[in-house]
Amino acid sequence: MAEIENLFSKTQHARDAQCQAEGLACRRGAALVFEDVFFHLTSGQALCVRGANGSGKSSLLRQLAGLLPLAAGALTRPDPHKYTHYLGHADGLKAALSIGETLAYEAALAGQGADHAADLTARLGLAGRDWQYVGDLSAGQKRRLTLARLLLDPRPLWLLDEPMTALDEDGRALVGALAKAHLASGGMIIAASHEPLGFANAELVLGAQI
Amino acid sequence: MTTQRRIFAAICRQHIRLSWRNGQTVLAVSFLFIAITLLPFGLGPELKLLRALAPGLLWVVLAISLLTSLERLFQADYEDGALDRLLLVPLSFEAVVLAKLLGHYVALVLPLIAAVPLAGLLLNIEAARLPILVAAMLCGAPALVMAGGIGAALAVSVRRGGLLTVLIAMPFYVPVLIFGAAAARAGLQGGVDVAVDVGAYLGVLAALSAASLLLAPFAIAAALRAALR
Repeated sequence: MAEIENLFSKTQHARDAQCQAEGLACRRGAALVFEDVFFHLTSGQALCVRGANGSGKSSLLRQLAGLLPLAAGALTRPDPHKYTHYLGHADGLKAALSIGETLAYEAALAGQGADHAADLTARLGLAGRDWQYVGDLSAGQKRRLTLARLLLDPRPLWLLDEPMTALDEDGRALVGALAKAHLASGGMIIAASHEPLGFANAELVLGAQI
Repeated sequence: MTTQRRIFAAICRQHIRLSWRNGQTVLAVSFLFIAITLLPFGLGPELKLLRALAPGLLWVVLAISLLTSLERLFQADYEDGALDRLLLVPLSFEAVVLAKLLGHYVALVLPLIAAVPLAGLLLNIEAARLPILVAAMLCGAPALVMAGGIGAALAVSVRRGGLLTVLIAMPFYVPVLIFGAAAARAGLQGGVDVAVDVGAYLGVLAALSAASLLLAPFAIAAALRAALR
């Protein structure tokens, strides 16, 4: 994992980057999912969002990514188009493409040439599978493939929805190492998870009875 | 700037590749041939009649082949989360939409138009009329794709929304078909003054395409954003 730790050594995110929520509320249809959510995250910090099913963890992440409107409150955050990664439940992978093609596409979306994607398969634990079609991969392997987005484009804010789902022991260690390297380079992480996350240094519980 | 161009090209290429891989291109072209093959059975084997009707029939079949391909234009991306991904690239969503529509034009419309001369032979069309027909289709088809895209975007969250897409796009198809068929008919009569007519019809088709090219990406992007909420 030493290699992963040095991965972002060349990247240095702005130390004054921050993500702040003041009184956020979310509405899905007629139902109020959550309200009065406050947090303040600065460079190098990770927030773990917890809560029961339906408490609005995924909705909060989608709001932070700018995919869902705010029902109330204010949000200070880096521009999602340039500075945010969002890994949700729907991974956007295409079954008809091979791993190599998927990585080349992701590299292009990150504004880089396909050569940047060349050594990624080994890092993600998918070495020697360039030719394999995404439709034939397991859930865990697909999850690993989506991590390529984090590696290809250094963006300061990561929004991870259940980052450990479907991953094996080794995959979890990979996510943990990536997260630590990202935080060390001054990045921020907000992750929704039911499991304890080793890298989180703050916790936000949604839907807690007051 | 180069980054944005690279992203635009990648989205466009991805759409073309997936259209081929998922068989949509082959399916649409096959549909065109099947429809054209069946028409003489319904209309009777009279060669004169088929020849007279051929341009109009080819236009209608082209439009319908295109409509059948539109249902999945944005729906697959909407369902598997690829649209979320595309909302977070450093490129305006309107440009993303335009890249996908351009990909659709290259992956589906161009093969369909390329198949038209061959399909026309099955209807006993005069070879001399084919260039004008193909030119009219090349001018008018962008408008068909754009209008279809609006329908596809508005119906994106509806499962089996294909019919709804067709229903929304239909009114926008009418002017293109009217002028497209008129161009093909004018090309038929021959003579000097007809050339002016054909040019005018092609101009109207190109104007319709240009206008829809300007307006549709905004409408489509707005509809998709609304659907993702």
